[in-house]
Amino acid sequence: MLRYAGRRIFSLVVSLWVASVVIFLALEVVPGDPAAYMLGLNVQEDTLNALREELGLNGGPVQRYLSWTGGMLQGDFGTSYTYRTPVSEMIADRLWVSLPLALYALALSTLIAFPAGIWAARRRGSAVDLAIMGGTQLGVAIPNFWFAMLMVLVFAINLRWFNAGGFPGWDGGMGPAIKALTLPAIALALPQASILARVMRSALLDTLGEDYIRTARAKGLSRGQALRRHALRNALVPVLTIIGLQFSFLLAGAIIIENVFYLPGLGRLVFQAISARDLIVVESVVMLLVFAVIMVNFAVDMAYAWVDPRLRGRR
Amino acid sequence: MRASLWIGGVISAIVTGAAVLSFVWVPHDIEALNIANKIKPPSGVHLLGTDHFGRDILSMLMVGARTSIAVAIVAVVIGMGFGVPLGLAAAARTGSWLDEVIMRGNDLIFAFPSLLIAIMITAVFGPGAVNAIIAIGIFNIPVFARLTRGAALSLWTRDYVLAARVAGKGRLRISAEHILPNVTNLLIVQGTIQFSLGILAEAGLSYVGLGAQPPVPSWGRMLADSQTMISFAPHMALFPGLAILLTVLGLNLMGDGLRDWLDPRLARDAR
Repeated sequence: MLRYAGRRIFSLVVSLWVASVVIFLALEVVPGDPAAYMLGLNVQEDTLNALREELGLNGGPVQRYLSWTGGMLQGDFGTSYTYRTPVSEMIADRLWVSLPLALYALALSTLIAFPAGIWAARRRGSAVDLAIMGGTQLGVAIPNFWFAMLMVLVFAINLRWFNAGGFPGWDGGMGPAIKALTLPAIALALPQASILARVMRSALLDTLGEDYIRTARAKGLSRGQALRRHALRNALVPVLTIIGLQFSFLLAGAIIIENVFYLPGLGRLVFQAISARDLIVVESVVMLLVFAVIMVNFAVDMAYAWVDPRLRGRR
Repeated sequence: MRASLWIGGVISAIVTGAAVLSFVWVPHDIEALNIANKIKPPSGVHLLGTDHFGRDILSMLMVGARTSIAVAIVAVVIGMGFGVPLGLAAAARTGSWLDEVIMRGNDLIFAFPSLLIAIMITAVFGPGAVNAIIAIGIFNIPVFARLTRGAALSLWTRDYVLAARVAGKGRLRISAEHILPNVTNLLIVQGTIQFSLGILAEAGLSYVGLGAQPPVPSWGRMLADSQTMISFAPHMALFPGLAILLTVLGLNLMGDGLRDWLDPRLARDAR
């Protein structure tokens, strides 16, 4: 287990390093000088230089890369070119919208997918199975931002149950904040729930065909008991992988959904930063999200290896 | 399951046919603005109504289909063009440093949320259809590389490959003559799935303004334009969304049907 963990941590560090180099280089080729952009046309050469110095834009690429990554390791993401505030503060503010939204969507997706997948697997080939599988086909084909717009039309504009967009913040209590995140979370969760339900169903069908299920049935367990105690547990491995992968989809997918609902999350931050050429913000948010994805995948891998020793030998 | 192949095939054929037809004929010219005729609900003259510039929505959808299909197809070609050779190479030299580098590279691309990178690429190089293609295409590469490697690995243990090696064929030639033809079916099925994902991705990118730029019509942008008018002109939001939904659904059904048809063994496993 320790050797396996060591190997995985090594590849984790390498991945993070390569990712940071790729992101840094990608934004290195962007034309334009942020300092000149901030100060406008009529600017003196030494003012420009002073600002470049302040923003850490002077010096070679290697030096700037080192100061960028070195800063991030200490929680210092640099200073936004447009807002002149620390990027880490901006990210922290927005994270309070994006993270709860992703978790909310993940919870909804799991809550829908588990019963649907289990039900479909138990009644395999029946009308219920067909209906659930048909529903998941629709769920993966629907563009989630369009579904979000339709929900706004029905539930916000016509029925007036929800606001069409915006976020009241967490200061006004949990209720209004959660309510504001509900439609976005449903829109985000729908495709993920469809995928998850399909994985759940096929994983269950696989395990239900195993000998140990027959043994369990032979020793007198009912179908439901055999399913709960034996099949479900073994079916969870592929299901957990997908849930781990979905977390990254949810964080990134939120970028578009946040725009539909005008939610002040990381996604809108990235868009505003792109249009203002505020590249340090883009760079840092992308790096942070990639870091989150790599860490989640690492955690999922470690959880498996801990649960299932057979996986430790494999890569 | 032959039904899904038929239904999916027919839907895909209709969408492709409409896109091709739009080169020679559309119900109404989409470049002629007709403000007097703006935001009309569906009628006999304009089957799906008109938009905020008085343009015929059906005609816009037909022309927009070209953008979606072109972006998604080129992205799949990029994915296959790089992914398949990489996968074949990794399988031919399994366990070597080449295999290791290719597979770790794949893992790395997978670690980037695709949409985020698409956004970053368009942030760096500017929005546009070509950059959307590149952004979507890059993420198709690891999909095809993994699929090809996985399938090729099991083929390398077959007797006919052994026979070919005994006959003195090199790894490159075996990959091209014996491995590749036997993974083609899998590639076709995966290609269909990536094609439908590409259509969804293109729609998402152009919805946030990072895909094809005006005046080129695209389904995603039509949705973005309709958003502020959704309360009094819901038809403007309804039809582009339905077009995306139907196209993606058709392609997915076709992919499922193709898999069952081309590989009956997989079909049994899936059920």
